[in-house]
Amino acid sequence: MALMASSRHEVGSRSYPILVYVLTPLLALGLQSLLSLHFAFFGLIDLPLLVTIYYAISKREPISATLAGAVIGVAQDALTHHPLGVFGISKAIVGYLSASLGVRVDTENHGTRLLVTFGFTLVQTIVLYWVERHMLGQPYAWIWVHELIKAGINALIGVILFALLDLSRRRE
Amino acid sequence: MESFFSRYRNALVLIAVLLAQVIGLAVQVRAPGSGTGDKGGVRLIRAWVVGMVSPPERLLHAMGRGVRGTWSNYFDLIHVRQQNQSLQAQIDALRLEEASLAEDARQGERLQALLGFQEKYVYKTVAAQVIGTAGTEQSHVLFIDKGSADGIASDMPVITPDGIVGKTRDVFDHTSQVLEISDATSGAGVILQQTRIQGVLRGNSWGQPQIVNVSPDERIKAGEPVVTSGGDSIYPRGLAVGTVDRVVPDPEGTLVSVLVKPSANLEKLEEVLVITNTGSAMPSEMQDDLSEAQQRASDILAERLPSRADPNAPPTSAAQNGTPQTAPPPANALPTPPPKPPPPLHADHFSPTSMVPAEDLVPGQRMANSTTPPAQPPAGNSGSGEPPHRTGNTAGNPASGVSPAKKTEPTAGGPASPNQAAPALSHEPAARSKAAPNTGTPQNGQKPAAKASQPDNGQKPAPAGSPPASSTPAPQPTSPQERN
Repeated sequence: MALMASSRHEVGSRSYPILVYVLTPLLALGLQSLLSLHFAFFGLIDLPLLVTIYYAISKREPISATLAGAVIGVAQDALTHHPLGVFGISKAIVGYLSASLGVRVDTENHGTRLLVTFGFTLVQTIVLYWVERHMLGQPYAWIWVHELIKAGINALIGVILFALLDLSRRRE
Repeated sequence: MESFFSRYRNALVLIAVLLAQVIGLAVQVRAPGSGTGDKGGVRLIRAWVVGMVSPPERLLHAMGRGVRGTWSNYFDLIHVRQQNQSLQAQIDALRLEEASLAEDARQGERLQALLGFQEKYVYKTVAAQVIGTAGTEQSHVLFIDKGSADGIASDMPVITPDGIVGKTRDVFDHTSQVLEISDATSGAGVILQQTRIQGVLRGNSWGQPQIVNVSPDERIKAGEPVVTSGGDSIYPRGLAVGTVDRVVPDPEGTLVSVLVKPSANLEKLEEVLVITNTGSAMPSEMQDDLSEAQQRASDILAERLPSRADPNAPPTSAAQNGTPQTAPPPANALPTPPPKPPPPLHADHFSPTSMVPAEDLVPGQRMANSTTPPAQPPAGNSGSGEPPHRTGNTAGNPASGVSPAKKTEPTAGGPASPNQAAPALSHEPAARSKAAPNTGTPQNGQKPAAKASQPDNGQKPAPAGSPPASSTPAPQPTSPQERN
């Protein structure tokens, strides 16, 4: 039985240097923009989403995770030609759900991280599809196989990235 | 009440954040500004994010270019000499082709002026480096390292030498956002080059450009070139877009969509050109290029044609037969007029003096039977191996010493009809090829050279293995128009 929400938050909340909070999302946005230019494969990966999930399940604070997800998503929207808010809405939801889940289950395990990232990548895609198709009236190609592969790749990259980000954790 | 907010604080914050963004989306979609780009706070947010992300991208891109430049400039220079030679040959071929198109371009410009059609010529372009993308599958957007400080504005076409890329959207001081033609929200007026079917090009959900809402037409085949039509007031007419990939039916109706394979490699873009200025008149540089291309093409042809007088060549068979030869002029001699063609060795159908009057012609009777039988070429003149009727045409009009081309040369005041211009095309290269080695100065106003490189009624010598002259000549055309 996993620990209850309040007890896990009190026990395992992590803290990071403030510079890490600022630079990591910016680095994720920049790398996403730059690497997609040279490697078409990189279009499947969503580094800002992985950063959002990581800090949500690490901090275990739904409010801060929601706000962080919204800010990162709006920043990602700013690099596209879509209206601001498409990625903002999806990442705010993912941040809230990730933090809520991180409060209830142990997310230190790599297997758990893999499943969490896989699931929340699908959640973001579903929210994006709903916003694009039903709120903005824009075409959105949905093929299950493609979305599952995309979620799997993000989950694998996420496990590696989370391990690297663990190194920036503040020692207590 | 207080307990309600404290109990559902997290969910309330999420709802508030989502509500704020939904309202923001509604405002942006309802008032998208002037069609492209954003205004107010949205533009400010975009400028901030781009301002934070683009400098590192620019730095990394410059570092990458430096490494690649070091490799390509110092280590990867193998076979450069061979490449240079092949490129030089390619330049010569392109000059010939350009010269052949020059007259068509000028004629088209005159006709467009007569019809009042507004053609757009590219006056000025700005080269830019691609430094980033949107980074998502749903947004086909590029970032370039040039902005409003470099003269770039919204809705300017972005191209590569291979084809169009897209148009500028949001323009910042030193960075611009380019919306690719593969995006679903883009749009470009295009036309199929052969079937002349027009349509609107935009990307589909998978990022492949397609011409939407096209009536089914069996003439549309894969591989047909697609160019811009100029109807969107953004892209100049005639820019390469791509080729037809395949035709797919529209699931929502009876129309079809034509999938287009873009000419520009949208997946691997490094440098692009932004067209910053266009105009309705042909720029002076282009006019100069056309004139220069014609002049250089005539020089190239003069060097290539085998009729060029080579001072070091051994005596020809014509010299052995007693035909007077012109000695090569000294290096400091003044330009001399082109030598007159030698008289014909036998009577032919094209010399005015040997032409049968029209009233003497019998319907159905072969021309060869009504005139003097063709004489067999002398033994010493068999080098060409040409049939008699062909060698006779080489001389043009020996009586006047003026080739037929001179008579049909169009005047400078207006375009000549194609039927009139055709004989001039076929006879000029020989005159140029003889004059060029002596004078070294190209002749202005001459007709396109590439057209003249076609088989030109006997001026081109036959290959060594060509069959000997037949005793029964084939039916001959009786007018220059028919011959061409």
